[in-house]
Amino acid sequence: MSAAVTRRPPAVALIATVLVVLWVVLAAFPFVWTVWGSFKVQGDFFSKADWTYALTGVRTMAETGSPFTGAGYEGAWVEREFWRAAVNTMIVVVFTVIISLTFGTLGGYALARSGYRYAFWLLMIALVFRAMPHITLVSGYLLPFFEWNLWGHLPTAIIVLVAINQPFTLWMLHSFFLNIPKDLDESAMVDGCTRFQAFRHVIVPVMWPGVITTGLFSFLLAYNDFAVTATLLSQQNQTMVPKIASFLGSTQVEGNVMFAVAAVVSATVPLFILILFFQRQIVSGLTAGAVKG
Amino acid sequence: MQFWKTTAAASALALLSGTTAMAACGIGAGNVTILGNDFPALQAVVAGAKACEGDGLTVEANLTTEHDKLQVAALTADPAQYSVKFVATSSIVPLLQNDLIRPLDELVAQYGQGLNPSQLIKIDGKVMAVAFMSNAQHLYYRSDILAQAGVEAPATYEDVLAAAQAIKDAGIMEHPVALNTMTGWNLAEEFVNMHLGMGGSFFEPGTAQPAINNETGVKTLEMLKALVGYSNPDYLTFDSNATQALWEAGELAMATMWGSRAGGILDGEGSTDAVVSATMLAGAPTVGGGATPATTLWWDGFVIAKNVSDEDAAASFQAMMAALSPENIAANNDAAVWLAPGYTPGPAAAGVIASARGGAQPYPMAPSMGLMHTALGNNISEYLQGSESAEQALADAEAAYVAAAKEAGFLN
Amino acid sequence: MPHRTFFWFILPSLVAMALFIAFPLVSVVAQSLFVEHEQVLIESEVCDPFTGCRKELTVDAVATAQLREAQPLGRFNGLGTYTDLNHLAFAEVAEAWRTSEGLVDFGGQLMNLPFYKALAFTLTYTFVVTPLVIVLGLAIALGVNGLPKLFKGPTIFVSLLPMIVTPLIGSLILFWMIDARGIIGSSLQELTGDPNLSLKASPALTWLTLIVYGVWHSAPFGFIVFYAGLQTVPSETLEAAIVDGASRWERIRYVVIPHMAPLVVFVTLIQLMDNFRVFEPIVGFSAAANATSLSYFIYADLTDINARFGSAAATSVLTVIGVAILLAPVLVRTWRDFNRKRA
Repeated sequence: MSAAVTRRPPAVALIATVLVVLWVVLAAFPFVWTVWGSFKVQGDFFSKADWTYALTGVRTMAETGSPFTGAGYEGAWVEREFWRAAVNTMIVVVFTVIISLTFGTLGGYALARSGYRYAFWLLMIALVFRAMPHITLVSGYLLPFFEWNLWGHLPTAIIVLVAINQPFTLWMLHSFFLNIPKDLDESAMVDGCTRFQAFRHVIVPVMWPGVITTGLFSFLLAYNDFAVTATLLSQQNQTMVPKIASFLGSTQVEGNVMFAVAAVVSATVPLFILILFFQRQIVSGLTAGAVKG
Repeated sequence: MQFWKTTAAASALALLSGTTAMAACGIGAGNVTILGNDFPALQAVVAGAKACEGDGLTVEANLTTEHDKLQVAALTADPAQYSVKFVATSSIVPLLQNDLIRPLDELVAQYGQGLNPSQLIKIDGKVMAVAFMSNAQHLYYRSDILAQAGVEAPATYEDVLAAAQAIKDAGIMEHPVALNTMTGWNLAEEFVNMHLGMGGSFFEPGTAQPAINNETGVKTLEMLKALVGYSNPDYLTFDSNATQALWEAGELAMATMWGSRAGGILDGEGSTDAVVSATMLAGAPTVGGGATPATTLWWDGFVIAKNVSDEDAAASFQAMMAALSPENIAANNDAAVWLAPGYTPGPAAAGVIASARGGAQPYPMAPSMGLMHTALGNNISEYLQGSESAEQALADAEAAYVAAAKEAGFLN
Repeated sequence: MPHRTFFWFILPSLVAMALFIAFPLVSVVAQSLFVEHEQVLIESEVCDPFTGCRKELTVDAVATAQLREAQPLGRFNGLGTYTDLNHLAFAEVAEAWRTSEGLVDFGGQLMNLPFYKALAFTLTYTFVVTPLVIVLGLAIALGVNGLPKLFKGPTIFVSLLPMIVTPLIGSLILFWMIDARGIIGSSLQELTGDPNLSLKASPALTWLTLIVYGVWHSAPFGFIVFYAGLQTVPSETLEAAIVDGASRWERIRYVVIPHMAPLVVFVTLIQLMDNFRVFEPIVGFSAAANATSLSYFIYADLTDINARFGSAAATSVLTVIGVAILLAPVLVRTWRDFNRKRA
């Protein structure tokens, strides 16, 4: 875009800047508050007496002798072995994203290139599938999975997450492939390529931006999932979010809420790195792929 | 009360025989797989069982917050995914209903000599579970604030109301009372406690027909409403975490909270010395002239799955016995109010024990009680908020229960 | 593309979805048509550690198992579960219609039925949050687009935060912040000058809190999609518009917005669906006293100790139907587009 197009009158620029600053504060404040609070004790961060305790660390001083404490992190990572959950999450997330995208690109490409009505109906059915509450699906899996000894293993959770995520992936990638000109692969086929060869050699090299954006959403789904991983994985294979839930305690039993807070802050770090790393692709991906309803 | 009376003698005996039990942990080959909730007392039991591993014996555990959701499917599979399930008063019901757990009489006779007889949960004469922990909601009060307001420690919920008014009048606190009144399970549990304390029942005798929309039900609701009148207006969001935090912040003078929270409340963490030193634990108050404390007693125990081999069942039972040995109980003395031999009640257990000695009732094990509990939890907050009458709230709860009980086959 | 090729390309997706969504979906529909067997109840002696032995009602597991064996699916109930009190409550609605004095009274009686109470909140939530997410997302996208390059990256990252922190903990921390003693709650008390203001106590304020949270949580989704869309606005068209003397507003109105229309459709589609299934904030903010949703009912049915599969199945089917109705206008449009493209 040229400078003439983006230049704005000062008043508009001011309003826009104020809006963005306001939004950034709103978006970041709870998170910054949490990062700060994760170095306090529960009596400060979750104080019923006075919220300023979280800033001053009155109870932290009284209980640990210094205004900051790493007890939450130590408890989560060392005492409760949160790293195991982190490793499991990494495995689940990496495979879910890779398999989702492999299935999704093939299917999405086919849906985008097929002119038949059934392609449309498949997309509609995918939407209906997406409307199904996850927790209902998961409850239905339990008995067969126990019977067939599939329950509790990482691959089971991975394939379930892939399947549950397919409708969204198909929709997004299908729209993305619609934006890649048909001439590209069709001319390759005129030159004697099969459909798959055309896909492999012509489409794959230009599809990355859209795939990475779709991958971000698959990633977030697998990373933040509770319904599937909490019910389908055994304790050895537990991922981060159910592990964090187990820190929270129950009606009868007090939990270690600060372990959970510290774990949540730690769990965000890989996301930071990932997004900083893929930031350009995420945006350019949507640029090219931009889902057309 | 049977169980704590026998405790001291039994633990002395057990300590003598304990050393041999430890050495005889050699159970033989077998697979022990355990499903249960994830909290320190159960983690300690699992650690005790794991100590027996070796010689062909494997012990695997899945302690998770989602255990109740998994139990029926996991034990229905043949062979069952787990040989041992940790259950509570209410969660054993679906397992019994679906015939998924085995009678333990023979195993108890063979390996369970060290157990207190009262630990055995018997249904129709057959031992179906072995209880090892107990819990109940009871009264916590602040002696300093009651003294300041010039009132005695309350023995009835009517006393609680009077004391709350006195505290309010003296200008000490605006909202001196709290119960676990979060809409849903917690609120229903308060109703159950109060209703039983009033001498009420939930069903027509011998049937699954509801029987709460009556005078006792209305009186129960009125008492709850009077109590929450002295609570912070946020009371419908009060779960145990909220009430405990309020207590530790010194914002409450009287509260009904779980006995299992006492350890956390009495340790200095999260609270000031002034609050901790004035915190008193008492049995649950009585209500409406009733003779027994208005609370329900809960036990936690273990069951053994039906769909496992007899060898694994025997190995599992023995591993549990080793885990619940008096030494292990003594080593984790303050993790729970144990029912097993080896336990020396500490200060944190005072409220639960006082409630039990007062003759409080156990939580009802009727098969449709869970549905009743849910229906109550979803329908009585409107009355407390003042948007409908007590009769309407009870009628709504009964109607919701009947619809659910029909779906579940308890009513036609 | 020939049918054969299409088939091979779509096969992996299709198999995954058939196994893990379509089959369960069929079984869910089947399950919703059945209720459980009659439970054979008998009086038994129950002994526990506290009061010794007493008589209590128990299920005769053996007799019940025989009934179950005879009819593995349960008793056929047709649409009975759908129309009972805990779902569509046909009988109660008809009764309310007959006995009510005027529409207001009828509405009041309707709101006493769990399904309609939940629907009232769910629809309000959906139709407030969805447009706000679109407007706010677009506004932030336009704002960020005008930022100097240096600030764009960090701003985009920060903007995504509300979406990526797990709601399990996110809502717990926010719930504490909006407590009367929390930082946001007490600041609001200062601002409004009302020392008794509590966001958790009244139904109206609870709804407001949930809606604000919903917008805050979903705005990043709208933002990232729209921001990306803005990068592709054809600059030749914009320049031509400037030459023609179009004002800034006219350029947004006639060039930018039409270009973004397909994205708006996409965000609307996803947001309508997700907001209709609102659930996590209700649990996170302990708001069940004042706001429930169909998804919350499903959760409550399935996480109860006596899981009510039939009831949850019926509510799930109703949810899918609800989503289909909500999306129908958008889908009709997609169908026309699709046919136009074919032509």
